[in-house]
Amino acid sequence: MKLVSEKNVQRILMAAAFSAISALLLIALFIFNEGLPFIFKYGLKNFLFANEWQPQLGKFGIFPMITASLWVTFGAMIIGAPLGVAVAFFLSEYVPKSVMRIVKPTIELLAAIPSVVYGFIGVMVLAPIIRNNFGGPGLSLLAGSIILGIMILPTIISISVDSILAVPQSYREGSLALGATVWQTIYMVTIKASKSGIIASIILGLGRAVGETMAVIMVAGNAVNIPHSPLDSVRTLTANIALEMSYATGIHRQALFATGVVLFVGIIILNSIASVALRKRMVK
Amino acid sequence: MRIHPRITQRIAVTVLSAATVLTLLILIFIIGFIFEKGLPVLSLKFLTSSPEDMGKAGGIFPTLIGSVILPLLAIIIATPLGICTSVYLCEYTKETLGTKIIRFGTDCLAGIPSIIFGLFGYIFFVVTLGFGWSILSGGLTLAVMILPTIIRTSEEAIRSVPKSYREVSFSLGATRWQTVKKVILPNALPGIVTGVMLSIGRSIGETAAVIFTAGSSLRIPTSIMDSTRTMAVHFYILAREGISAENAYGTAATLVIAVLIVNLSAYWIMNRFIAKRS
Amino acid sequence: MSSKFNIQDLSIYFRTDKVLKNVTMDIPANNILGIIGPSGSGKTTFLRALNRMNDLEPGSRSEGKVLMDGIDITSPDIDVVALRKKVGMVFAMPVPLPMSIFENVVYGVRLSGINDKTHLDELVEKSLVSSYLWNEVKDRLDMSGMRLSGGQQQRLCLARVLAMEPEIILLDEPCSGLDPISTSKIEDALTILKSHYTIILVTNNTKQAARVADNTAFFLMGELIEAGQTSHLFTHPVKTETNDYITGRFG
Repeated sequence: MKLVSEKNVQRILMAAAFSAISALLLIALFIFNEGLPFIFKYGLKNFLFANEWQPQLGKFGIFPMITASLWVTFGAMIIGAPLGVAVAFFLSEYVPKSVMRIVKPTIELLAAIPSVVYGFIGVMVLAPIIRNNFGGPGLSLLAGSIILGIMILPTIISISVDSILAVPQSYREGSLALGATVWQTIYMVTIKASKSGIIASIILGLGRAVGETMAVIMVAGNAVNIPHSPLDSVRTLTANIALEMSYATGIHRQALFATGVVLFVGIIILNSIASVALRKRMVK
Repeated sequence: MRIHPRITQRIAVTVLSAATVLTLLILIFIIGFIFEKGLPVLSLKFLTSSPEDMGKAGGIFPTLIGSVILPLLAIIIATPLGICTSVYLCEYTKETLGTKIIRFGTDCLAGIPSIIFGLFGYIFFVVTLGFGWSILSGGLTLAVMILPTIIRTSEEAIRSVPKSYREVSFSLGATRWQTVKKVILPNALPGIVTGVMLSIGRSIGETAAVIFTAGSSLRIPTSIMDSTRTMAVHFYILAREGISAENAYGTAATLVIAVLIVNLSAYWIMNRFIAKRS
Repeated sequence: MSSKFNIQDLSIYFRTDKVLKNVTMDIPANNILGIIGPSGSGKTTFLRALNRMNDLEPGSRSEGKVLMDGIDITSPDIDVVALRKKVGMVFAMPVPLPMSIFENVVYGVRLSGINDKTHLDELVEKSLVSSYLWNEVKDRLDMSGMRLSGGQQQRLCLARVLAMEPEIILLDEPCSGLDPISTSKIEDALTILKSHYTIILVTNNTKQAARVADNTAFFLMGELIEAGQTSHLFTHPVKTETNDYITGRFG
């Protein structure tokens, strides 16, 4: 009797797992199904590298958006990575464990704040500061980078702290026993040992930045042009989809799905690199 | 000229602690800013009355309903599916190339931007299946969005149960399901619950996936096929269209309070568990 | 004395490694069999063959037969779950489950659906008395098992096995992390228990085997080198390897 219900339990679990995985596959298939035909018809090179996005004229070059996404993400990395890694090291190496256990979750609250709130603060606080001190419209690449940099901090800090804490204490003790200071130990030993994990955290943070939509729509300006200065207004790939989706039809809509395909592929590539880096950390 | 190690140590400590203080200040500023402008707007009337004049006046009651119903529906669908999937993957299958691919796939999907889920939800639920802009479309979309995260965090929680517990259970003549039910799930539960709560928090704050699937109707929904607006969407519309700065702040404050409560509860649960163990 | 186990040409493979090589031996009932040998000699693998725990390792397979009371337990038709209720195991590291002492002891019993309170109470007392732990914990059965000391935890694990009322008890280096007092308590318990159970004790401490085991088997590199009455094996070992190991020439 018990054997029969064991089999049933296994069947139910397998069915659930199967449906969950099918659902996830479905998403990938649908996006590709909607977007790929357009890419084949329009031409990948034209899509990715043409400069003009004018749906009403049938021009669907997303190059400006690609550069915008790349620049904004790069800017976010410049701001978020050093800050995040610095905080991660401070929390893991210099601060007593009891303090870390309170401060780390507190900082992780940054991740809980909805992206629209970030966008809003960017508009109300950050953009005027940029406008008044640096010129330009304020709603700019710079504003987007700063806000995104802050948004990816929790990701970078969280995963980096885990990597740093995973470095065996014996590594540190060996160094300290030779008379090195804590900083020297970090600099010469701990960084190297936790490098893969920290890099993985930055790559995952970049993935978040690339995928961010609402905050960027609110602060980056949304003009379709290739940025020449951080003060220029820009429109990212995600913003483009979100802004035009509600009224796009026909081939215009397909182009937006194709943009989704580009994002999808990009994220998968980023994730693969990150998981390779994370696996290297485990092996160490 | 070589700088004395003590001095570089000093500089390092100063820089690193400054970074940490800066980060904390940013967090405090964000919450403080929203609360300073938003808390005064909050009142029982604000939370329980409906918006008037497209949100320029009145309260946010329908959006509260939306913000509760959509994450609730998503959790109801995604949690059992996600936990069953992770239990099946961890305990009932051997580690093969197939399971590695599945794991990679779930990891990737956990990182896909919510706008893509919005696209999917729109084309699949709203249009193809004909559900229209509705609570159903929105709930289903959010469910697939949080499913990978729930699978991932559940898997981590299940894996962190020591192998020796399983061995002991089997050696005492337990079946696989008995081991899962009596030893593994109870011990993995806090990790699983934390993952679920964080997903709730994410759903409450979600905008891109919701606006294209649940719509933005301000009416109080009466059925699962009705469109609804969440607080996050409402806030976005108020802010972007410049309808009412005051109500925008009030909505934002409510939103932030909601996600803070959910996240802090998740931490509290995790801490209770860690304390009970040691 | 009748044989509880009749092992015929048993070999165990983990993927392509032949970890246990053609072991043939009889294990008498109501007896303590000590299994000695250096690390990696296959002692644990042999032990785990007796309750099919090797099945949990991916890529493991066995050749040959293990007859328990005349039935071949290596056969795929065997109900492994039922087998493990008859053959209990105590592991090297004490593994109290994260539950109260009471729940730890009755964990296996509850799996069979037995939930009657009085029955369980009696069972708990009997098991904890037999494992020499009752007096130390009788007033705090609700306390988490994880808060006991190492030696107490291991005795708890023994009680947990005893509560199943098995026929055979397998112990895999049970005293390896324990202090001498806990060790002697467990050894005393085993000596009393053997009249009701067949006990097989893997140990890396030859002196423990000499103290406690009626018969001893010496394993080296996956092979059974020699087995016999303990007193005989230790004073007049037949094979040179046995002699070298016992006298400490290698370990």
